[in-house]
Amino acid sequence: MYRYDEFDQSFVLERVAEFRDQVARRLSGELTEDQFKPLRLMNGVYLQLHAYMLRIAIPYGVLSSRQMRKLAHIAREYDKGYGHFTTRQNLQFNWVELARIPDLLAELAEVEMHALQTSGNCIRNVTADHFAGAAADEIVDPRPYAEILRQWSAIHPEFTYLPRKFKIAVTGAPHDRAAVQVHDIGLHAVRGPGGKTGFAVYVGGGQGRTPLIAHKVRDYLPEEDLLAYCEAILRVYNLEGRRDNKYKARIKILVHEKGKAEIAAAIEAEFAQLKGKTLNLPEADVQAISAYFAPPSLEQLAATSAALETAKAANKALERFVRHNVTAHRNAGYGVVTVSLKPIGEPPGDATAAQMEVVADVAERFSHSEIRVSHEQNLVLPHVKLDEIPALFAELAKHNLATPNAGLVTDIIACPGLDYCALANARSIPVAQRLSERFADIARQEEIGDLKIKISGCINACGHHHVGHIGLLGVDQKGKELYQITLGGSADEHTSIGEIIGPGFPTDKVVDAVEAVIDVYLGLRKGPEENFLDAYRRVGAEPFKAALYADA
Amino acid sequence: MTVYDVKRRAFGEDAWSFPADDEALPQGPAAITKARFLRDRETLLARNAPLGLVLVAGETFDGIENDLNRFDLIALKFLRYADGRPYSLARLARERHGFKGKLRAIGDVLRDQITLMLRAGFDALQPTHEGTIAALRDGKIVTVDHYFQPATREEREEGGYAWRRRPA
Repeated sequence: MYRYDEFDQSFVLERVAEFRDQVARRLSGELTEDQFKPLRLMNGVYLQLHAYMLRIAIPYGVLSSRQMRKLAHIAREYDKGYGHFTTRQNLQFNWVELARIPDLLAELAEVEMHALQTSGNCIRNVTADHFAGAAADEIVDPRPYAEILRQWSAIHPEFTYLPRKFKIAVTGAPHDRAAVQVHDIGLHAVRGPGGKTGFAVYVGGGQGRTPLIAHKVRDYLPEEDLLAYCEAILRVYNLEGRRDNKYKARIKILVHEKGKAEIAAAIEAEFAQLKGKTLNLPEADVQAISAYFAPPSLEQLAATSAALETAKAANKALERFVRHNVTAHRNAGYGVVTVSLKPIGEPPGDATAAQMEVVADVAERFSHSEIRVSHEQNLVLPHVKLDEIPALFAELAKHNLATPNAGLVTDIIACPGLDYCALANARSIPVAQRLSERFADIARQEEIGDLKIKISGCINACGHHHVGHIGLLGVDQKGKELYQITLGGSADEHTSIGEIIGPGFPTDKVVDAVEAVIDVYLGLRKGPEENFLDAYRRVGAEPFKAALYADA
Repeated sequence: MTVYDVKRRAFGEDAWSFPADDEALPQGPAAITKARFLRDRETLLARNAPLGLVLVAGETFDGIENDLNRFDLIALKFLRYADGRPYSLARLARERHGFKGKLRAIGDVLRDQITLMLRAGFDALQPTHEGTIAALRDGKIVTVDHYFQPATREEREEGGYAWRRRPA
């Protein structure tokens, strides 16, 4: 993985010093809260319902054991002993004290981490496929490009005060696990003429109150033009994006209002001026960054592991874990293991300091000290020998980290909601917990099959409800919490926005409603091989409406 | 009103006046709006004193690109410091249109954005915020001077990759 050099280290230490100075000016009263707000946001510090919240960047979801141990230490020393992994591959601490944040950031800098640009109207932490560098279907490793973009976007002198936040996602496999079509810029790395790396470029996707799927503006952008092209997109957006209404300020609205052809022409015209100049990306530099992401030295192994097969035959729980939480690795004899942060009845994405330390330890023992954070709020061990999965499973199970539910109905995404967030209308976490309990029976989960439930506590859609197969949106209606149900959303290479199916349900009825939807699906599917999304796309909303609103 | 000159690292008296559109132009250096320039272009260019242009965030150089070097000063106004349009305009003035005169940041100019402004090509600052004036005067601006992208100001290539820079 990427390691800071002297330049990065100096940068991050200077940034800590700058923020320390800003905090001191806030505490002394020189800065009002209003003046301080955009400064602290640029460094990941929010003022939430009960306290300041700090959002730490985990660039494209990649963590080492050493970094994870530091996060555990921070959870203990600066917070209440746990942290929350988010839908953007970041980590949030909800109970930090403002005066101590500069010290916390200095500790992060010791392990080559920061909280830069995890909030504010700037280019946010760049996200990528959480199986990058390991997945069997990968064509191009997206991490070197995500790292180059992370660097290029850091305190960009032109794009730090944009109309609104700006999110870039990169993937390099045909199956898109990074949801690139619902990002401001989505980059899908491909091999082009002569096997050279380039990108299909998508612009103007997003969720929030106006969910829109991105437009493809380039089928193939050569690698060397990556930064110049991104700069062109950002410049058009910075100058032309709306600033009169924060709800219409994202680039997706500009793209929508201008039209695809016109925005593409504006980007190309700007790009023509920037191409081949100072932003040209030299191949040698890409190679130098890529070298950091060279695969760990893995052994030549047989495709199947006799040890694992024997252990599975004797242990049904292990067999289930492997079936759901282990994904094909590109090296024979290895697997990519998902560590579920969705134990039945617990808040999605939370991890205690002790659990973080366990994951750091098992990553060291079994996965070359590498850990990934997924936007589905789970952790991933990317390089595990199949032979060693039984031992890994046993260790994870001791710490409630082996729930075999990756991709199943209880693998729910949820935003922090009204339990923490100042924007929320509804308590998404308790709904996720009750759904998880309702569907706790693993045999029933397996019968239901692949199903993504995503819950947002307000229209800002941090819980990605628009792209949930089943999405729940919490709204406030005259002081009552209601949940609106959307069906048929998806964030992969066949991205779709879920459709609102009818009036919302009160919080005490919403779990029944979701169960009714699932029962309808089970009744009409062609067979277990037809998953919920495919069935919904075949039959449409009507059968579900009929069941949910039978009495209306 | 005093103006901070980046090259001299010092505040000085402002030689420029900023008359309203319906006011007669005073003697000496005067900066005007884009609307006035477009209205009275010929007379203004014939005038025998330095001419300046004031653009407010939201306005563009459209239609006056080829006239930019007729100005000795372009002042770009930050309506609110969170409105980042002047950064793009500054870079376009310098890099695209080859503007060689003074580029001054006016309006909501605060110390925490000054490094960005300088990197985007501004070489004069007109802050009104007391803390910012004091910090500039006393050289007490705490900032980051390792950069990860080429910008407009002349800087050194350093750090091993094509996109990295340090102050010249």
